[in-house]
Amino acid sequence: MYQQAKYNEPLLNEIKGEEEKEISVDVPDKLKRKSLNIPNLEEWQVVRHYTRLSQMNYGVDINTYPLGSCTMKYNPKLNEEIAKWFSYLHPYQEESTVQGALQIMYELQEMLKKITDMDGFTLQPAAGAHGEFTGMLLVRAYHEYKGELEKRRNVLLPDSAHGTNPASAAMAGFNVIEIPSNEKGMVDLEALEAATDDTTAAFMITNPNTLGIFEEEILEIAKIMHKNGALLYYDGANLNAIMGITSPGIMGFDIVHLNLHKTFSTPHGGGGPGSGPVGVRGELVDFLPVPIVRHDGEKYYLDYNVKHTIGKVRSFYGNFGVMVKAWAYIKRLGGEGLKNATIRAVLNSNYLKERIKGYYELPHKDLRKHEFVVKPKNARALDVAKRLLDFGVHAPTIYFPLIVHEALMIEPTESENKETLDKFAEIMLQIAKEAEENPEILKEAPHNTAFKRVDEVLAARKPVLTWKDKR
Amino acid sequence: MNEFDDMLKYLRMNSWEELFSDIPKEVWKKGIDIEAMDEISVYRYAKELAAKNKDIFDMPNFLGAGIYTHYIPPAVLEIVGRSEFYTSYTPYQPEISQGMLQVQFEYQSVIAELTGMDVANSSMYDAHTSLGEAARMAYRINKRKEVLVPENLYWEKESVLKNYIAGLGMSVKKYPLNERGMVALDKLQELVNEDTAMVYVENPNFFGVIDEGVDEIKEMLGKAIYTVGVNPLSLAVLKPPADYGADIVIGEGQILGNPISFGGPLLGIFATRKQYVRKMPGRLIGETVDADGRRAFVMTLQTREQHIRRGKATSNICSNEALCAVFSVAFVAYYGANGLKELAKRNMDNARMLMEKLRSAGFNAPIFDAKHFNEFLVELPKNPHEISKELLKHGVHGGLPINAGCYRNVPNSMLLATTEMIREEDMDKLVSALKEVS
Ligand SMILES: Cc1ncc(COP(=O)(O)O)c(C=O)c1O
Repeated sequence: MYQQAKYNEPLLNEIKGEEEKEISVDVPDKLKRKSLNIPNLEEWQVVRHYTRLSQMNYGVDINTYPLGSCTMKYNPKLNEEIAKWFSYLHPYQEESTVQGALQIMYELQEMLKKITDMDGFTLQPAAGAHGEFTGMLLVRAYHEYKGELEKRRNVLLPDSAHGTNPASAAMAGFNVIEIPSNEKGMVDLEALEAATDDTTAAFMITNPNTLGIFEEEILEIAKIMHKNGALLYYDGANLNAIMGITSPGIMGFDIVHLNLHKTFSTPHGGGGPGSGPVGVRGELVDFLPVPIVRHDGEKYYLDYNVKHTIGKVRSFYGNFGVMVKAWAYIKRLGGEGLKNATIRAVLNSNYLKERIKGYYELPHKDLRKHEFVVKPKNARALDVAKRLLDFGVHAPTIYFPLIVHEALMIEPTESENKETLDKFAEIMLQIAKEAEENPEILKEAPHNTAFKRVDEVLAARKPVLTWKDKR
Repeated sequence: MNEFDDMLKYLRMNSWEELFSDIPKEVWKKGIDIEAMDEISVYRYAKELAAKNKDIFDMPNFLGAGIYTHYIPPAVLEIVGRSEFYTSYTPYQPEISQGMLQVQFEYQSVIAELTGMDVANSSMYDAHTSLGEAARMAYRINKRKEVLVPENLYWEKESVLKNYIAGLGMSVKKYPLNERGMVALDKLQELVNEDTAMVYVENPNFFGVIDEGVDEIKEMLGKAIYTVGVNPLSLAVLKPPADYGADIVIGEGQILGNPISFGGPLLGIFATRKQYVRKMPGRLIGETVDADGRRAFVMTLQTREQHIRRGKATSNICSNEALCAVFSVAFVAYYGANGLKELAKRNMDNARMLMEKLRSAGFNAPIFDAKHFNEFLVELPKNPHEISKELLKHGVHGGLPINAGCYRNVPNSMLLATTEMIREEDMDKLVSALKEVS
């Protein structure tokens, strides 16, 4: 049975160190700092503290992490090593001193174009949601240029959309309108058509959608948008399901963001950094943020001359360190390798779904892409998730998408083999059985993690957000 | 039979294409035209590309302008390199993610100590987006629409800010600096009115100047939000902005232990007062207990966030810069209060030493008569972009070139940064090269 390491590790400020010393610095008296409450420790104390904490944390390097919508695939170590070689470069160095770095960005832009069939890319956005926001700014700028921003106030999205989609559209100043899904788990075309008119700025969708279901009517959807002068936006969170099989460009999308930290294997770092490049087609390339990396046949350079640029969405050029890792991943796999990754991710997902679907309810249709959503028959999703931890596997995403109550959203990724999937399936079956025969064991789970079930209500009722706060 | 076919068979499929039978044939792709490389070839190719760059160890450079090249102790790299940390994701399951949660809580605490504020979130993308988010937060608090920023706000930051507030119909107005490169208090006073959502002040500012007027601003603001942009390392020796009335503190956390890495990943610092915590963007980690009563940590106050509030969330941020926060807290722990103060002092001392050397060589440095942190402007006799290129021939990379006319009262000049990575010999090299090419 799994047992996570368990320490009663103090907080950093509770570790005893040396006394604080005063030092004299040449700053104006009235702006001088009196004291700083940070302990003075030896290097070994610091390393032990954080090493112990790391042992109370779970990552993909430990075992499977089927967190739906997050594509927790294995992060090859080659990429980590390579990224280190670019650690000490400043982004404002003269171009002649950073040709290698610019070449990586250029090659990445070009490879992303080939994968998505889009005409231009910016690598600037720092994450998926930031890419969405950038995309929405592009939608704004485009309609403004056409003199239609005044009337095109609405961004449509399916009720299965990720929370960042409505949040990004709203941040860019649009009204958000949700389109219901039909009984097959796809966008209700009639509802979409009825909602689309000359007030529509864009429709945001991911394909396959968050249920892991491919929107079969995608060409029809694109037609409805374009007929009405609206743009079609692709949330690339789910690109792992279609690489080499189809592409946003072929499906008729105008703007797409990718998540390098999902599809292209860069580690998620406990929440980030990510990287959310945005690709566009046609005349939209003239609106991209600056700079864009270009090649004049001899050298690479940063082009700040983009006709209708929206300016900048972030400082410098984006999360370069993440780009290097994604670049190495794509180079290593090549087009065939990416396609094979997609095929295996979809095979793994369907295999796992097939193995557990008798024991968990599978709403909507059967064939899924890289992920699928089920619900427990006799338990809450939360309790199933907590119980899974006891077996040394990470839980799926729970309670998302919102249109499935008690959702367990499972994305095994291509990194797992049949043996891991079989084991995971067996654990899921055992938990389904426990839910009937011994539900207490679920409600009290987890038992084998560093901590027992954590009280979220208390945390929110009396927020203690720093060590300065006293409970 | 291999396991691939085995699994297909289990699905009653004859070929992998059936897995994609729901994808209309009209949208099938011919494949992706990218050649694969074996691992050694990728390694070798990347080595070749890395060799085409000159980093600060190959050639000293004096660039800063918001992010800085500091030394990253191997102990910090070792900690961040724990794959339990870097291969995890957002701690949605707190029981199995206490390590990352505690580190993030410690990061929030360290930022709260440095800034003096009550709360800090667990990261924004970078300082620029923190500024954009601060303006949006000011609007949520006072429903006003004008943001006042210093006239020397860097254009990139201004552009990001404008993009962040466009959707709210907010606008930006600039207030002037005085002849010492500090906020012109009387002029600012005249500009503040009932439309002012927020006043943004940088300390040290874009010219490296430590602004001596920052403690006289809060009282002129009324309901307007006072947002201060900081270099977090400078706070080891400078008064925390909370002590002079800041409502929001933002800054670039890269400075604390993150490799500069050609400009990213970076780390947006975002801190505020307790009364505004529910208006804040970004993730927050809070203390609580587990079922056994042991102290534990968990993501909290999530009703502000996009996965719950969707279109009405305080921000769209989801993936953040959590690992950069690990770098930062490990860096702060490694140095401790004493080490950070020494480091800040060394950065300041370096700036002063370089100023003196430049002055002895006949240059006007710094342009503004003020105390500076680790960066300052030196006046140059001709186009600074040309000078920057010519310096390379002398084996040294200058700072950020600034053309006359970009900023009021600033002639042709260069913004020079002096972290602990700069040695005296590097300064001598720069000064003699500058003399030659000027
Ligand atoms: C479907 C979907 N869209 C968008 C996002 C946002 O991406 P990020 O977390 O990188 O901002 C996510 C992931 O969290 C997602 O799953």
